[in-house]
Amino acid sequence: MKEYRTYKRAVRERRAFLRFLVFSLSGVLLFVILPFFDVFGRSFTTAVTGQFNGIENYKTIFGNRAFLLAVKNTLRFTGVCIPLLTIIGLLIAVPLSRLKEAGVVKSLYLFPLAMPTAAVVIVWKLFFYKQGFLNLYLSRLGEWTGLWGEVHTDYIGGGAAFWVLVFSYIWKNTGYTVILWLAGLLGIPNALLEAAEVDGANGLQCFIHIVLPNLKGSLYTIVILSFLNSFKIYREAYLVAGAYPAQDIYLLQHLLGNWFVNMEFDKMAAAAVCVGGFLFLVIMLLQYFWDKKE
Amino acid sequence: MREARRIKGMAIRAVTTVILLLPGIFVCIPILLLVTGSVMGSNELKDYLSPVLPNGTGFISWKIIPDYPTFSNYAKLLFFTPQFFVLFWNSMKLVTLILAGQLLVGVPAAWAFAVYRIKGSKMLFALYIVLMLLPFQVTMLSSYLVMNSFSLLDTHMAVILPAVFNTFPIFLTYGGFRTIPIELLEAARMDGAREEYIFWKIGLPLGKGGMLSAMVLGFLEYWNMMEQPMAFLEDKSLWPLSLYLPEITWDQAGYAFFASLLMLLPSVFVFMTGQDYLEQGIIYSGLKA
Repeated sequence: MKEYRTYKRAVRERRAFLRFLVFSLSGVLLFVILPFFDVFGRSFTTAVTGQFNGIENYKTIFGNRAFLLAVKNTLRFTGVCIPLLTIIGLLIAVPLSRLKEAGVVKSLYLFPLAMPTAAVVIVWKLFFYKQGFLNLYLSRLGEWTGLWGEVHTDYIGGGAAFWVLVFSYIWKNTGYTVILWLAGLLGIPNALLEAAEVDGANGLQCFIHIVLPNLKGSLYTIVILSFLNSFKIYREAYLVAGAYPAQDIYLLQHLLGNWFVNMEFDKMAAAAVCVGGFLFLVIMLLQYFWDKKE
Repeated sequence: MREARRIKGMAIRAVTTVILLLPGIFVCIPILLLVTGSVMGSNELKDYLSPVLPNGTGFISWKIIPDYPTFSNYAKLLFFTPQFFVLFWNSMKLVTLILAGQLLVGVPAAWAFAVYRIKGSKMLFALYIVLMLLPFQVTMLSSYLVMNSFSLLDTHMAVILPAVFNTFPIFLTYGGFRTIPIELLEAARMDGAREEYIFWKIGLPLGKGGMLSAMVLGFLEYWNMMEQPMAFLEDKSLWPLSLYLPEITWDQAGYAFFASLLMLLPSVFVFMTGQDYLEQGIIYSGLKA
């Protein structure tokens, strides 16, 4: 009787699960997953005639200098930004968590999230153009200290553009990261910290031995979401510097966008499969470690 | 002694507050620039901005209070540029329909993942997370091919449909539903409530926070959307505002400032009203799957 009841329950649950999920799942299948299989198929054919040509497309893209450059730049960008953002967020969140009136500060940090890229970019241009605000103030500072003369760096056309993007990314996402760190920090039981203090641990020891280990869960989330948001920097890059920007900020998104415009679907399919597959692996690995931690 | 310690504590707090606020103020400088720029006449702006134009010399300059404040940009945009409103409503239409669709499709899906643990549901959820993390450019070609075969290219539907099935809002709403105690649902089942009834009467009211946060984050995201309309909409009269702003040239800088300000307003409004939910949503996005 009991077995029958659990069986009946399982059936009921499965049916309810499917009923609630059916719209979403069919949409995702129709608009994302099946088309991606189609693209996977296309990645082994030629663009125009659609003939099977094996792994020729993959060979082409891995011999393509633009593709290699874009991959390198994208990896460099995420490699620089994610650790930087994570650390800056933590540095702000720790003192903020001790503040009673953190509301205003939090809103200020979150605010850039609400600023549409198109509206911000016009300000970025005023700051980072060769004769913009940044060079103006740098020149004044140089004059005042007598250490250097007028500064005429081009922050958008040259290698410095990379750092403009990094700045822009940090500017936009610090609030998000701070909130996530704060949630983690506030989740640490006070009793734990008090006990350590009673045992004579100083502030730094408390931080290293109690606070940091308790933040591992938050770290995984922050890394995943920073990763997600790092792809969105393309908007800034595109609006500031167009479809063919300085070499250092030519990202994978630029490349795929340009191939799309030029209808080079064979290369695009191969690249989409490679990038998608790579991301899939990275995320699965992160998930695996995340699960193991708990 | 105690007094001295109290003062020291207060001083430390005051200093940290100031240090924390400083970058925050820095965050708001762009707004200030946009506001002052929008009330400057074109001659005054030309004086300030000529250095950043091609062949300009010297450096850019600026005044917080313009010498000759004017509302000419406001008049020009509000009364003489009907095109602006077409694009503004395009943006509104796209965002509203996307968010409505996401609610209809995503909320039940989030409920399914949050409440029922059947074989394979965890795997499926992991797949949803991977899909949510794929950048648009990776799925661009496949979306294009689908839209092409449904002959939806160059219609708003080409932008709306893929966005409706984005899995990020499901992830956030899921976080909200997970905070509902399972015992509550069990109790309802004991009393003979159907699953739909439980969803409607317990899930929706208690999981409201997660849904609202998904809506707030969604609004900020889709108001700012660029890649999708750029790839799928050729007809410029269908464009959202986010694609139009960058098209304004420097000789109309004051106009561009005001247009940017108008684009900012709905976002800021949603941000201000929904800030608590936004924060909640960010925290939900940190919950373990």
